[in-house]
Amino acid sequence: MTDRALTIRVNDKTHRVLTADHRTLLELLREDLGMTGTKHGCQLGECGACTVLVDGNPVLSCLALAVQVEDRAVTTIEGLSTNGTPHRLQTAFAEAGAAQCGYCTPGMILSAAALLDEESQPSPRRIQEALAGNLCRCTGYNKILEAVGLAASQSTN
Amino acid sequence: MGDLHTVVGKPLPRVDAMSQTTGRLLYADDLTKPGMLIGRQLRSTQAHAIIVSIDTTGAEALPGVRAVITGSDLPIMYGILPVSQDETALAVGRVRHVGEPVAAVAADDAETAHRALELIQVVYEPLDEVVTIEDALDHTRPLIHGDSSGQNVHRSVALEFGEVEEGMVAASHVREDVFWFAGNTHAALETHCALADFDADHKLTLWSSTQVPHYLHRTLEKVLEIPAGRIRVIATPSGGGFGGKTDPFSHEVVAAKLSMLTGHPVKITLSREEVFYAHRGRHPVLMWIKTGFQSDGEITAMHFKSFLDGGAYGSYGIASLYYTGALQTTTYRIPNYRFEGVRVFTNKPPCGPKRGHGTPQPRFAVECQLDKAAEELGLSPIAIRKRNLVEPYTTTINHLRITTCALDECITKVAEASDFSKKHGQLPEGRGIGLAVGAYMSGAGLPIYWNDMPQSEVEVKVDRGGGVTVLSMAADVGQGSTTVLATVVAEVLGLKPDDLRMVTADTDLTPVDLGSYSSRVTFMAGNAALDAATKVRNRIVDAVAAKLEVATDDLVVADGQIAVRGDQSSGLAWPEAVRLAVAAAGPLIETGSYRAPDLAGPYKGAGVGISPAYSYSACIAQVACDAATGMVEVERVWIAHDIGKAINPLLVEGQIEGSVYMGLGEALLEEQAFRGGLHRGPSLLDYKIPTSLEMTPVETFLVESIDPEGPFGAKEVGQGPLLPVIPAIANAVYDALGLRIDEVPITPDKVIAATREKAKGRPGRFGPTAAPEFLFPTLTRVEAPQEFAAP
Repeated sequence: MTDRALTIRVNDKTHRVLTADHRTLLELLREDLGMTGTKHGCQLGECGACTVLVDGNPVLSCLALAVQVEDRAVTTIEGLSTNGTPHRLQTAFAEAGAAQCGYCTPGMILSAAALLDEESQPSPRRIQEALAGNLCRCTGYNKILEAVGLAASQSTN
Repeated sequence: MGDLHTVVGKPLPRVDAMSQTTGRLLYADDLTKPGMLIGRQLRSTQAHAIIVSIDTTGAEALPGVRAVITGSDLPIMYGILPVSQDETALAVGRVRHVGEPVAAVAADDAETAHRALELIQVVYEPLDEVVTIEDALDHTRPLIHGDSSGQNVHRSVALEFGEVEEGMVAASHVREDVFWFAGNTHAALETHCALADFDADHKLTLWSSTQVPHYLHRTLEKVLEIPAGRIRVIATPSGGGFGGKTDPFSHEVVAAKLSMLTGHPVKITLSREEVFYAHRGRHPVLMWIKTGFQSDGEITAMHFKSFLDGGAYGSYGIASLYYTGALQTTTYRIPNYRFEGVRVFTNKPPCGPKRGHGTPQPRFAVECQLDKAAEELGLSPIAIRKRNLVEPYTTTINHLRITTCALDECITKVAEASDFSKKHGQLPEGRGIGLAVGAYMSGAGLPIYWNDMPQSEVEVKVDRGGGVTVLSMAADVGQGSTTVLATVVAEVLGLKPDDLRMVTADTDLTPVDLGSYSSRVTFMAGNAALDAATKVRNRIVDAVAAKLEVATDDLVVADGQIAVRGDQSSGLAWPEAVRLAVAAAGPLIETGSYRAPDLAGPYKGAGVGISPAYSYSACIAQVACDAATGMVEVERVWIAHDIGKAINPLLVEGQIEGSVYMGLGEALLEEQAFRGGLHRGPSLLDYKIPTSLEMTPVETFLVESIDPEGPFGAKEVGQGPLLPVIPAIANAVYDALGLRIDEVPITPDKVIAATREKAKGRPGRFGPTAAPEFLFPTLTRVEAPQEFAAP
C-alpha cells in the first residue's frame, strides 16, 4: 500500500496529511486528525453515526475514502459552532432532551443541519425522512424531531 | 409537595447536553494514550468443538505484533453471578458458541492486528451442536458444560405459593395458553470498548463503556490476580447500554492482560458483528400458563412454566430464570401461584439482561392470556384488569412488598385519552386497539454478591470557593443519572444542577454504587445523594445559625444563599456560608449512603423480584394491519407511567418514549436469529431496528404516587414502560384482524399464516401449541404471607 500526501479541508481549516489510499474519511478524521466527534457504529454505512457534511451534503464517512474529499469542504460536528457560539440545532437538541446517550447525536445534528440549509421550514414528515438514515437506540426519535422543529422555528430566514 | 421544589420536577436539560451536542463528550473509543496498541480477538467459527491446537507462531512473527495470548494465559474462571462463574476470557479446551474469543493479539495498528489474527491457526474437532430448547433437553446430546451426554440444564426451579390445585378447582373458567418470545439484543449504537493501561508502577487503569464498574473491578482482581487496590476502573460515558454492558467481558480482561504483557496501553473496540456475538441479550422463552378465573374475571390461581434458552454461558441467567416467574404478582392479586422454570444451555451466544430482564416475556404471556379470558367471559380488557389489581401497601403471595401503586389511575388515563371503550371491537376491519399493563422494580433489592454494605454511596465535597463536587460511582448510560444526582443535590443545597461538578464511575475516586442495572440508580444513588447533601446542608445551616444567632429552623437555603426566612437582606452568600462551616468543623466533605430494607421472603430465589418500590405502566396501542401483506403499523401509543415523582420530567419522558420505541422494535422487527450456531444477520441492516420513519406518535401521562422511600418520591422509569408495549400491540392486532399471534416478534409471515388458518375454518392463531416435556424438581411449598392466611 502506498501512502500519499493529501490536502484536506475540514471545518474551514486546511490539513496536510500522509495517508494510505484505502483509508476512510472516518479513520482519517478520528485517528489522524484526532477529531473524535464523528462516531462509528457499524463501519458498514448502516447506522449514520459517522455522518459528516461534504460540500454541505450528508455523507457516510465510513464508506468514503479520504482521497475522495480532497478539494472538497468537509464539515464535522466540531465545525458547527461559530466562534464558540453553538449552532441553533445544538442548543435545540439540549433544550428538547433530544440526546440521551448522545452517541447518535453528532451524525443526527449534521443530517438535520443539511436539511435546514436546504429547507428552512421543513414539515415534520420531511424531517423524519431526512433523519431516516440516522439510527437512534435511546430516544425513540420524537424529541429529536421536536428539536429540529424548534431549531427551524428559530431560523432568521 | 411537588410545587415547593426549585429544580426537582423541572424539565431541565441534561448537565452534559452541550458536551454531547458539540461532539466534545469522550466515549471509550475516543480515548488514546501515547504508545497505545490496538488489540483484537480471534473468535471461534465453530458452535461446539474441542480446541485441538492453536498455533500462534505466525502471528507472533509478524512485524508490529507485540503480544499474542490464548486461553492458557487467562485460565481463571469468572462470571457476573457468584454461583455461575463458568467463563474464561479466552476459550480453554473447547469452544461453546460461534464468536467465542479464542485468542488475542496486541499490535501497533489495527491493520497489523487484523492480519495477525489471520495468521493464527486453530484446529477444531467439532462436537454435536445443541441449538434449540428441545436439543438441550435431549439426553443423548453432548453436555456443553461437562464431558458426557445428558440434558443441558443450567438451573431449574419449582415453587408453590398457596394451593394451586384448589384454586383451579374453585375457578369457574380455566385457560391454558402457550407463548413464544424470541430472543433479541440491545444493539446500542456504541460498540463495546476497553482501554487498559498497566503503568510503570504496576497499577492498572481500565477505561470501559461498562455499566458496572464495581463488578468489573472485582472480576479483574480475580482473573488478573492483582489486588483490587492496584486496579482502577473508569466507566466512560456510554453510548447506550440497555443491559448489554453489564457483564464483565472478555475484551476487558484481555485488554488488561495485553497491557500487562507489553507494558503499553492497549485498546480493544468490538466491531458491530462482534457485539452481536457478545450478546448477553434477551432470553428466548417458551411459556405455558394456566390460569383459573371466576366468571367476574377474578383470578383464583396461576400456574406458570418457563423454558429459557440461555445460550452457551451463565451470565445473569439464573436471575433471568427467576425473573420469568417473579413479577406476575406485582400487578394482579394472585392468591395461589406455582412457578416452574428451567434455563438450558445451547451453543449460541450467551443470553443475559436486556431492558426488563426476564420480565417482558412473562408479561407478554399474562397480558395476552388475560385478553383471551376477558373475551370468553364477556368482559372488557379494562374490566378484567381492574377486577384483579393489587392494592397499594400489600404483600404478594410470593412475598413481594408492594408500596405505592397507581396502576388503576394509569389505566383510566390511557383508556380515556385513547377513547378505548368506543374503539375496542368497533374499529373497521384491519384497525384495532389493545391494552396491557406492567410493573417493574426500582432497583433489585439485593446486590449481585451477598454483603452487608450499602448499595450506593455518594460523597459531596465543597471547596472553600463554594464549588460543589458530587462523587458517585453511578454510570450514566444515557438515562441521565448524572443529571438526576446533580438535581437532587442542587435542590437540597439551593443551587442549580449545572453549577455542580459531577465526578462519576471511577473506582479510585468515587464511593461505590453497584451499577446501572435493574433501574436502581435514581432510587438508590438518589437516596445516597440526598443523604450526603442533607448532611452538608445541616453543617452549613448550623454554622450560619451560630453566626447570625438564630435557630436553624429559621434559615432558608435557596438561590445560592442562606437567609433568615422572610428576610432576604440577612442572607449570606453560599461561598461565605461554606467558609463558616469549614471554620466551625473542618473540611466540608460528607458522605451519604443507601441500603434497601431486607425484603426477601422465606425461600431460595426470593431475592429475585424484591425491590424497595415498583413502578407501574399502562399502555394502549392502536394499529392498522393488512391481512394480505401481514404488515402491522402502530398508529399511536398512549402510555401512563406511575413514576412516583418525576425528578426531571424531560428525562422521564425520554425514557418512556425510548421504552415505547424499543418495545415497538421487539414487537414487530427484532430477532436474534440463528442458523445452527451462526447468527443470521449480525449487522444493523439485517437486525432491523426502527428508524425515524417507523416510530409511532406517543402520548405520555405521568402519574405521581409520591413513593415514601424514593428520593423526593421517585421510582424507576428506565425499564417499566417497555413491558406493556409488546402485549398491547399483540392485543391490538387481535382486535384488528381477529388473529392471535402468540409469538414475538409479530412478523408478516406469521400474520399471513394465521390468516390462512382462519380461512380454512381453524382458529386464526400462530404460535406454539405445547411446552416441552421436562421433569421439574419437586415443588418447594412456601408459606404464604400473613395477609393470605385463611380468615
